[in-house]
Amino acid sequence: MVFFWAFVVGGLICVIGQIMFDVFKLTPGHTLTTLVVSGAVLSGLGWYEKLVDFAGAGATVPITSFGNQLVIGAMEQAEKHGIIGVITGMFQVTSSGISAAIIFGTIGAIFFKPKG
Amino acid sequence: MSNNKKKKLTPTQQEYQQFANNREVVKRPLLKNCIKAFLVGGIICVIGQLISTFYMYFFKFTEQNVGNPTVATLIFITMLLTGFGVYDRLAQFAGAGSAVPVTGFGNAVISAAIEHRTEGFVLGVGGNIFKLAGPVIVFGVFSAFIVALIKTILIQWGGL
Repeated sequence: MVFFWAFVVGGLICVIGQIMFDVFKLTPGHTLTTLVVSGAVLSGLGWYEKLVDFAGAGATVPITSFGNQLVIGAMEQAEKHGIIGVITGMFQVTSSGISAAIIFGTIGAIFFKPKG
Repeated sequence: MSNNKKKKLTPTQQEYQQFANNREVVKRPLLKNCIKAFLVGGIICVIGQLISTFYMYFFKFTEQNVGNPTVATLIFITMLLTGFGVYDRLAQFAGAGSAVPVTGFGNAVISAAIEHRTEGFVLGVGGNIFKLAGPVIVFGVFSAFIVALIKTILIQWGGL
Protein backbone atom coordinates (compact mmCIF):
# COMPACT_ATOMS: atom_id res chain seq x y z
CA MET A 1 0.00 0.00 0.00
CA VAL A 2 2.87 2.34 0.75
CA PHE A 3 3.95 1.94 -2.88
CA PHE A 4 0.58 3.22 -4.08
CA TRP A 5 0.67 6.27 -1.81
CA ALA A 6 4.31 6.91 -2.72
CA PHE A 7 3.23 7.01 -6.36
CA VAL A 8 0.24 9.30 -5.75
CA VAL A 9 1.88 11.75 -3.36
CA GLY A 10 5.14 11.92 -5.31
CA GLY A 11 3.20 12.41 -8.52
CA LEU A 12 1.07 15.17 -7.01
CA ILE A 13 4.12 17.10 -5.79
CA CYS A 14 5.48 16.90 -9.35
CA VAL A 15 2.15 18.18 -10.69
CA ILE A 16 2.44 21.19 -8.36
CA GLY A 17 5.88 21.80 -9.86
CA GLN A 18 4.49 21.44 -13.39
CA ILE A 19 1.72 23.96 -12.63
CA MET A 20 4.34 26.40 -11.37
CA PHE A 21 6.24 25.88 -14.66
CA ASP A 22 3.25 26.28 -16.96
CA VAL A 23 0.73 28.53 -15.21
CA PHE A 24 3.00 30.89 -13.26
CA LYS A 25 5.80 30.67 -15.88
CA LEU A 26 8.54 30.22 -13.30
CA THR A 27 11.98 28.94 -14.26
CA PRO A 28 12.99 25.52 -12.92
CA GLY A 29 15.36 27.30 -10.50
CA HIS A 30 12.55 29.41 -9.01
CA THR A 31 10.22 26.41 -8.86
CA LEU A 32 12.67 24.16 -7.02
CA THR A 33 13.63 26.97 -4.64
CA THR A 34 9.97 27.64 -3.81
CA LEU A 35 9.36 23.93 -3.21
CA VAL A 36 12.35 23.64 -0.88
CA VAL A 37 11.28 26.69 1.10
CA SER A 38 7.72 25.37 1.42
CA GLY A 39 9.15 22.02 2.55
CA ALA A 40 11.05 23.81 5.31
CA VAL A 41 7.94 25.73 6.40
CA LEU A 42 5.76 22.60 6.39
CA SER A 43 8.44 20.87 8.44
CA GLY A 44 8.40 23.71 10.94
CA LEU A 45 4.66 23.27 11.35
CA GLY A 46 5.21 19.54 11.85
CA TRP A 47 3.10 18.52 8.86
CA TYR A 48 5.82 17.13 6.62
CA GLU A 49 6.73 14.37 9.07
CA LYS A 50 3.15 13.12 8.93
CA LEU A 51 3.32 13.12 5.15
CA VAL A 52 6.53 11.03 5.28
CA ASP A 53 4.88 8.52 7.62
CA PHE A 54 1.97 8.30 5.24
CA ALA A 55 3.66 8.26 1.83
CA GLY A 56 7.23 7.04 2.49
CA ALA A 57 9.42 7.72 -0.52
CA GLY A 58 6.61 9.72 -2.12
CA ALA A 59 7.49 12.44 0.38
CA THR A 60 11.23 11.82 0.84
CA VAL A 61 12.23 11.67 -2.85
CA PRO A 62 10.84 15.06 -4.07
CA ILE A 63 13.07 18.07 -3.40
CA THR A 64 10.65 19.37 -0.72
CA SER A 65 12.11 16.78 1.63
CA PHE A 66 15.44 18.61 1.40
CA GLY A 67 13.95 21.60 3.22
CA ASN A 68 12.23 19.26 5.65
CA GLN A 69 15.45 17.43 6.51
CA LEU A 70 17.39 20.66 6.98
CA VAL A 71 14.88 21.75 9.62
CA ILE A 72 14.87 18.31 11.27
CA GLY A 73 18.68 18.30 11.54
CA ALA A 74 18.70 21.83 12.94
CA MET A 75 15.97 21.07 15.47
CA GLU A 76 17.67 17.86 16.67
CA GLN A 77 20.83 19.75 17.56
CA ALA A 78 18.89 22.72 18.91
CA GLU A 79 17.21 20.45 21.43
CA LYS A 80 20.60 19.25 22.65
CA HIS A 81 22.68 22.42 22.56
CA GLY A 82 20.26 25.30 22.45
CA ILE A 83 20.16 28.02 19.85
CA ILE A 84 23.66 27.42 18.42
CA GLY A 85 22.51 23.93 17.43
CA VAL A 86 20.40 25.48 14.70
CA ILE A 87 23.62 26.24 12.84
CA THR A 88 25.68 23.20 13.79
CA GLY A 89 22.93 20.71 13.02
CA MET A 90 21.77 22.13 9.71
CA PHE A 91 23.38 19.53 7.43
CA GLN A 92 23.24 16.65 9.93
CA VAL A 93 20.54 14.74 8.04
CA THR A 94 20.91 16.13 4.52
CA SER A 95 24.61 15.39 4.19
CA SER A 96 23.99 12.25 2.12
CA GLY A 97 22.21 14.10 -0.68
CA ILE A 98 24.77 16.86 -0.99
CA SER A 99 27.83 14.67 -0.62
CA ALA A 100 26.41 12.15 -3.09
CA ALA A 101 25.75 14.96 -5.58
CA ILE A 102 29.31 16.29 -5.22
CA ILE A 103 30.97 12.86 -5.32
CA PHE A 104 29.01 11.47 -8.26
CA GLY A 105 29.14 14.82 -10.06
CA THR A 106 32.92 14.76 -9.93
CA ILE A 107 33.09 11.11 -10.94
CA GLY A 108 30.71 11.87 -13.81
CA ALA A 109 32.88 14.75 -14.94
CA ILE A 110 35.90 12.43 -14.97
CA PHE A 111 34.28 9.63 -16.97
CA PHE A 112 31.76 11.32 -19.26
CA LYS A 113 32.37 13.83 -22.02
CA PRO A 114 29.98 16.70 -22.68
CA LYS A 115 27.68 16.16 -25.65
CA GLY A 116 26.84 18.58 -28.44
CA MET B 1 3.92 47.39 -20.96
CA SER B 2 3.16 51.03 -20.15
CA ASN B 3 2.95 53.61 -22.91
CA ASN B 4 5.69 55.62 -21.35
CA LYS B 5 8.11 52.75 -21.75
CA LYS B 6 6.91 52.00 -25.25
CA LYS B 7 7.84 55.47 -26.54
CA LYS B 8 11.49 54.88 -25.76
CA LEU B 9 11.68 51.85 -28.01
CA THR B 10 12.75 52.12 -31.63
CA PRO B 11 10.28 50.96 -34.31
CA THR B 12 12.21 47.74 -34.77
CA GLN B 13 12.01 47.02 -31.05
CA GLN B 14 8.28 47.72 -31.04
CA GLU B 15 7.87 45.33 -33.93
CA TYR B 16 9.76 42.69 -32.01
CA GLN B 17 7.60 43.26 -28.91
CA GLN B 18 4.52 42.68 -31.04
CA PHE B 19 6.06 39.53 -32.49
CA ALA B 20 7.04 38.22 -29.06
CA ASN B 21 3.55 38.88 -27.67
CA ASN B 22 2.02 36.92 -30.51
CA ARG B 23 4.40 34.05 -29.86
CA GLU B 24 3.37 33.91 -26.20
CA VAL B 25 -0.24 33.29 -27.22
CA VAL B 26 0.63 29.68 -28.08
CA LYS B 27 -0.69 27.81 -25.06
CA ARG B 28 1.21 25.08 -23.30
CA PRO B 29 -0.81 21.87 -23.04
CA LEU B 30 -1.29 22.09 -19.28
CA LEU B 31 -3.33 18.95 -18.65
CA LYS B 32 -1.12 16.76 -20.81
CA ASN B 33 2.02 18.11 -19.14
CA CYS B 34 0.53 17.55 -15.69
CA ILE B 35 -0.38 13.94 -16.46
CA LYS B 36 3.12 13.27 -17.79
CA ALA B 37 4.67 14.91 -14.71
CA PHE B 38 2.37 12.91 -12.41
CA LEU B 39 3.25 9.58 -14.04
CA VAL B 40 7.00 10.08 -14.28
CA GLY B 41 7.28 11.71 -10.84
CA GLY B 42 5.18 8.95 -9.33
CA ILE B 43 7.28 6.23 -10.95
CA ILE B 44 10.51 7.81 -9.68
CA CYS B 45 9.03 7.86 -6.16
CA VAL B 46 8.00 4.20 -6.47
CA ILE B 47 11.58 3.34 -7.50
CA GLY B 48 12.71 5.30 -4.43
CA GLN B 49 10.30 3.29 -2.29
CA LEU B 50 11.69 0.03 -3.75
CA ILE B 51 15.24 1.12 -2.88
CA SER B 52 14.09 2.16 0.61
CA THR B 53 12.47 -1.22 1.20
CA PHE B 54 15.64 -2.92 0.01
CA TYR B 55 17.80 -0.93 2.46
CA MET B 56 15.41 -1.48 5.35
CA TYR B 57 15.31 -5.21 4.70
CA PHE B 58 18.99 -5.97 4.07
CA PHE B 59 20.98 -3.18 5.74
CA LYS B 60 18.95 -2.57 8.92
CA PHE B 61 18.05 1.05 8.25
CA THR B 62 15.02 2.34 10.10
CA GLU B 63 12.11 4.13 8.52
CA GLN B 64 13.45 7.44 9.83
CA ASN B 65 16.92 7.32 8.28
CA VAL B 66 16.30 5.17 5.21
CA GLY B 67 15.88 8.35 3.13
CA ASN B 68 19.64 9.01 3.21
CA PRO B 69 20.94 5.89 1.40
CA THR B 70 17.93 6.07 -0.93
CA VAL B 71 18.78 9.60 -2.02
CA ALA B 72 22.44 8.67 -2.52
CA THR B 73 21.47 5.65 -4.64
CA LEU B 74 19.05 7.68 -6.75
CA ILE B 75 21.75 10.28 -7.40
CA PHE B 76 24.15 7.50 -8.42
CA ILE B 77 21.58 6.20 -10.93
CA THR B 78 21.08 9.78 -12.14
CA MET B 79 24.82 10.07 -12.77
CA LEU B 80 24.69 7.11 -15.16
CA LEU B 81 21.53 8.36 -16.89
CA THR B 82 22.90 11.90 -17.22
CA GLY B 83 26.25 10.67 -18.49
CA PHE B 84 24.67 8.56 -21.21
CA GLY B 85 22.28 11.37 -22.17
CA VAL B 86 19.12 9.51 -21.18
CA TYR B 87 18.05 11.96 -18.48
CA ASP B 88 17.88 14.87 -20.93
CA ARG B 89 15.37 12.99 -23.05
CA LEU B 90 13.37 12.04 -19.97
CA ALA B 91 13.30 15.68 -18.88
CA GLN B 92 12.05 16.73 -22.33
CA PHE B 93 9.16 14.35 -21.93
CA ALA B 94 8.33 14.71 -18.24
CA GLY B 95 9.00 18.38 -17.40
CA ALA B 96 8.58 18.83 -13.67
CA GLY B 97 8.11 15.07 -13.23
CA SER B 98 11.86 14.61 -13.59
CA ALA B 99 12.92 17.99 -12.15
CA VAL B 100 11.13 17.93 -8.79
CA PRO B 101 12.37 14.57 -7.41
CA VAL B 102 15.85 14.54 -5.95
CA THR B 103 17.09 13.02 -9.23
CA GLY B 104 16.47 16.43 -10.82
CA PHE B 105 18.73 18.02 -8.21
CA GLY B 106 21.34 15.36 -8.97
CA ASN B 107 20.97 15.94 -12.69
CA ALA B 108 21.47 19.71 -12.25
CA VAL B 109 24.70 19.12 -10.33
CA ILE B 110 26.06 16.35 -12.55
CA SER B 111 25.24 17.96 -15.89
CA ALA B 112 26.87 21.21 -14.74
CA ALA B 113 29.97 19.23 -13.74
CA ILE B 114 30.15 17.38 -17.07
CA GLU B 115 29.42 20.48 -19.12
CA HIS B 116 32.19 22.57 -17.59
CA ARG B 117 34.96 19.96 -17.52
CA THR B 118 36.47 21.46 -20.66
CA GLU B 119 37.31 24.55 -18.59
CA GLY B 120 39.51 22.45 -16.33
CA PHE B 121 38.80 20.51 -13.18
CA VAL B 122 39.41 23.16 -10.53
CA LEU B 123 37.80 26.24 -12.06
CA GLY B 124 35.48 24.43 -14.47
CA VAL B 125 34.09 21.49 -12.52
CA GLY B 126 34.77 22.81 -9.03
CA GLY B 127 33.57 26.31 -9.75
CA ASN B 128 30.43 25.47 -11.69
CA ILE B 129 29.21 22.25 -10.06
CA PHE B 130 26.59 24.13 -7.98
CA LYS B 131 25.77 26.68 -10.65
CA LEU B 132 22.24 25.34 -11.20
CA ALA B 133 21.62 23.66 -7.84
CA GLY B 134 23.13 26.46 -5.75
CA PRO B 135 19.93 28.48 -5.26
CA VAL B 136 18.16 25.40 -3.89
CA ILE B 137 20.84 24.90 -1.25
CA VAL B 138 21.18 28.60 -0.41
CA PHE B 139 17.50 29.32 0.09
CA GLY B 140 16.79 25.90 1.55
CA VAL B 141 19.42 26.45 4.25
CA PHE B 142 18.39 30.04 4.88
CA SER B 143 14.67 29.29 5.20
CA ALA B 144 15.40 26.23 7.33
CA PHE B 145 17.54 28.45 9.57
CA ILE B 146 14.70 30.94 10.03
CA VAL B 147 12.11 28.21 10.65
CA ALA B 148 14.31 26.33 13.11
CA LEU B 149 15.27 29.55 14.88
CA ILE B 150 11.65 30.60 15.40
CA LYS B 151 10.71 27.11 16.54
CA THR B 152 13.63 26.93 19.01
CA ILE B 153 12.80 30.32 20.46
CA LEU B 154 9.16 29.35 20.85
CA ILE B 155 10.08 26.06 22.52
CA GLN B 156 12.70 27.49 24.87
CA TRP B 157 11.11 30.73 25.95
CA GLY B 158 7.51 30.25 25.00
CA GLY B 159 7.18 26.89 26.74
CA LEU B 160 5.57 25.36 23.66
